[in-house]
Amino acid sequence: MTNTGFVAIFRRDLLLAIRHRGDLSNPIIFFFIIIVLVPLGLTPESSRLSEIAPGMLWIIALLASLLSLNSMFQDDYNDGTLEQIMILPQPLYFMVLAKIVVHWMVTGLPLSLLAPVFGMMLSLPEPGYLPLMLSLLMGTATLSLLGAIGSALTLPLDKEGLLLPLIVMPFYMPILIFGSGTVQFAIDGLSILSPLAVMGSLLALFLFVAPYIAAGALRLSVEG
Amino acid sequence: MWQWFHKLGSPRWFYQTSGKWLPWLSFLALVFISLGLVWGLGFAPQDAKQGNSFRIIYIHVPSSFLALVGYYIMAIAGAISIIWKIKLADMVMVSAAPIGASFTFIALLTGAIWGKPTWGTYWIWDARITSMLILLFLYFGVIVLQKAYSRQGLASRAAAYLALVGTVNIPIIYKSVDWWYTLHQPATIKFTEAPSMHPDMFQPLLLMIVGFYLFYAAVLIFKIRVEILHRERRTSWVQDYFFSKKNK
Repeated sequence: MTNTGFVAIFRRDLLLAIRHRGDLSNPIIFFFIIIVLVPLGLTPESSRLSEIAPGMLWIIALLASLLSLNSMFQDDYNDGTLEQIMILPQPLYFMVLAKIVVHWMVTGLPLSLLAPVFGMMLSLPEPGYLPLMLSLLMGTATLSLLGAIGSALTLPLDKEGLLLPLIVMPFYMPILIFGSGTVQFAIDGLSILSPLAVMGSLLALFLFVAPYIAAGALRLSVEG
Repeated sequence: MWQWFHKLGSPRWFYQTSGKWLPWLSFLALVFISLGLVWGLGFAPQDAKQGNSFRIIYIHVPSSFLALVGYYIMAIAGAISIIWKIKLADMVMVSAAPIGASFTFIALLTGAIWGKPTWGTYWIWDARITSMLILLFLYFGVIVLQKAYSRQGLASRAAAYLALVGTVNIPIIYKSVDWWYTLHQPATIKFTEAPSMHPDMFQPLLLMIVGFYLFYAAVLIFKIRVEILHRERRTSWVQDYFFSKKNK
């Protein structure tokens, strides 16, 4: 079975994530902090907040995903687990995919499920709740996939600093555009099918391509 | 055919051959650019709406062309270096990145200067301007990633990967920015650029475009030569080359 590698890595990473509950809540805490800052910095008026809410929520989700990218491969790289994974007689593609899926499950998924709460706090108009959730579900998965490439490419660098955001940001922009577009469309009473379809196609494309490129980049990083 | 392929991939052969081309290329670039500049800035007719300010087109358009072409040259060279592990392709990629970034920057800067008299503002979130800015970020990513690695082979392969991912993404980014722009369209400002240009204005532009391509080729070859000397500084042919010159 080609999937034993996938299942093994999936279970291991998920278990590790559950045992580190502190890390698990990081993106949500980050989200709450920014959500508090936005009304304080801009305006508490709900009419003006609701105008900027779709874009703002999506920007925060993007930054939260960016912040958590370091954790995707770094620990495994530092303690040598990654090398052990790579010499397994299993296709690296599926094991990288497993790591990405777990990363999404501990960062993107909780954010998407809590999206209506965040939306309510920024007085997002009600028709935007479900589209926000749907677009975040798909979009954060694509962000994790794209982020895996950037994360794998910068892995051996000691002081990467702002390098990872710089590399990944241009690739994130289409997701941000279509993600906030979906929510805006729903609020304006338009059909959200077209932006959602584009997001779905981006997800399908990168679900297929990104683990492959990330695996290549990991080989490069580990073997030199 | 394979022999030719191997020859082309050899930095030493490239260094020696390009030494003969470089003066000609630079000379031709100088001729085309100075002819185009004098013609375009001095003799081309004024634009009916924009007056003299349109003349910045003679810098703006050719550098925008090369900003895009430069990215593809860089990415293709990166692909060749990953697939066939040709040293020279690697050097082309590393040398092309800063040149392309410079042209992108020039395109953005001249666009901003041009925007002030025509649109009344230096910066506007127009679809094309935004795409160019993202392109600049893509270039920066490749350059910075390549500089961040201390080991040469690793650095250029990582950068080549990034350049390739960028190539896949460029159409997606461009399309999405177009879509975004039509969604938020501020109807007040439009591109005043006429779709069809008068031949008197177009001919110097054509000269400038050819001149910029030649200039790009000359600068790229020059940078590749420097890169070759730097990377091969310990090989015998580089040492021979310089010592034999000094002895003469």
